[in-house]
Amino acid sequence: MNYIMIPSLMIGGLGLAYGLVLAFASKKFHVEVNPKIDEIIEILPNVNCGACGSAGCAGYAEAVVNGEVPINLCAPGGVNTVKKIAEILGIEAAVKEKEIAFILCQSGGDENTLKRYDYQGIATCKAAVLVSNGPNYCNFGCVFQNDCIAACKFDALKLDERGMRVVNPDKCTGCGACAKACPRGLIKILPISKRVHILCSSHDKGQEAKKRCGNNTACIGCTMCVKKCPVDAITMQDDLAVIDYKKCISCGQCALVCPTKAIYDQLAGQRKKAFILEDHCIGCTICARNCPVQAITGEVKKPHTVDPEICIGCGICIQKCPVKAIQWK
Amino acid sequence: MNIFALSVSAILVNNFILSRIMGLCPYIGVSKKLDSAFGMGMAVIFVMTLASTITWIIQHYLLVPFNIGYLQTIAFILTIASLVQFVEMVIQKMAPALYKSLGVYLPLITTNCAVLGVSIININDGLSFIESVLNGFLGGVGFTLVLIIMAGLRERLEKADIPEHMQGMPIAFILAGSMALAFLGFSGLKI
Repeated sequence: MNYIMIPSLMIGGLGLAYGLVLAFASKKFHVEVNPKIDEIIEILPNVNCGACGSAGCAGYAEAVVNGEVPINLCAPGGVNTVKKIAEILGIEAAVKEKEIAFILCQSGGDENTLKRYDYQGIATCKAAVLVSNGPNYCNFGCVFQNDCIAACKFDALKLDERGMRVVNPDKCTGCGACAKACPRGLIKILPISKRVHILCSSHDKGQEAKKRCGNNTACIGCTMCVKKCPVDAITMQDDLAVIDYKKCISCGQCALVCPTKAIYDQLAGQRKKAFILEDHCIGCTICARNCPVQAITGEVKKPHTVDPEICIGCGICIQKCPVKAIQWK
Repeated sequence: MNIFALSVSAILVNNFILSRIMGLCPYIGVSKKLDSAFGMGMAVIFVMTLASTITWIIQHYLLVPFNIGYLQTIAFILTIASLVQFVEMVIQKMAPALYKSLGVYLPLITTNCAVLGVSIININDGLSFIESVLNGFLGGVGFTLVLIIMAGLRERLEKADIPEHMQGMPIAFILAGSMALAFLGFSGLKI
């Protein structure tokens, strides 16, 4: 009997003693953890995509509660998440504008790609670009192995019937996973309100760029758009026109002059002109001073007029007018 | 056995990491930053000293008199696990920053074989109580020394121009091997 009793009592006794010490210690050294952290983890999408810059959702929740980071960085969660976090923390919700992915290349489909050779290796873009600079003739364009689609956790990227990758703006959360996956860096995460994009990333010089593009829509570096842009938002960087989206007003003027149709304007043909209601206008000149193309004329304290020939329909005057006297027509 | 011989033996000749190959998990895991390596080292010194003390008492006043030496492993592990839990609570309360930087490696001291190793080596070598406590403490010092050297080297490696495929873990393993080779030199010491 002793053979069983003594060892069990000894080990049991040891366990009991340690248990008591630990129980005492857990009371004595108790640390309060902010319950808001758990609440916010519940709300977050918990996909741990890292778009916020923190290490996973739990890390972001803690940083938010400690006030180290803004509450609107969670791209997948979107507006609703921001509102809920604001509710929990009892602060104003400053909702960030929704951003989605834009693919800045119009080539890479079944029909519109000039191929240097038929790539039959491992079906990832990362591998494809390593084989003599990619299977397509353009050294900067899409290599059509669909790493971006594989990287998307939200099912927002799809192949269309032409074999082109298309972003679904409703599903896209702007988390940037596809942008990181693209070895050519063709994908940019941009505010959804920006409507005009240069859909080419080729740094080849004029003729060369055009020759290599299967879609014939390469940026040839002619600088027409740079000259046309009313707000100087376009600059040339190594033979490629690049839009500074902080300045861009999405007026679409660059798309009109682009000789190769490399610039895509989502609102082409839908833009209206500004029109000033004379009864309401107080002649403050704010609209005239803000118009990027000087389409508005008029004397101080007298009703102004818009020249519909010059107006580009950017809408800046409508936003700036203090008495809401300008409307779309 | 005098204290000097014991120190040289525990810290350099029979270093827990590089000669006995114990506690490799924190050696690779916590050696990225000097601060957390130092904190981890202090925690290990504390736990090893305490573990040596308590396990020696348990061995000589419980296991031997009652003739249940075969329960040594389970009794020691129970002791070490509770001890680490206790240390974790204390650190979380007293030094939250250290607790954060140690992260998952603190609970991992439980499974750090250096702690169980020092307890069993003390008993197997027939060390007296004072020698056991000293051996635990000095073993921890040796552990910390190697961890800090490693962290210092790895912090410098961050800025070094390493080929892409060797960055991170691969170069850390090569570094660990070179350090073990260097410490092999101490085994020729005659004391």
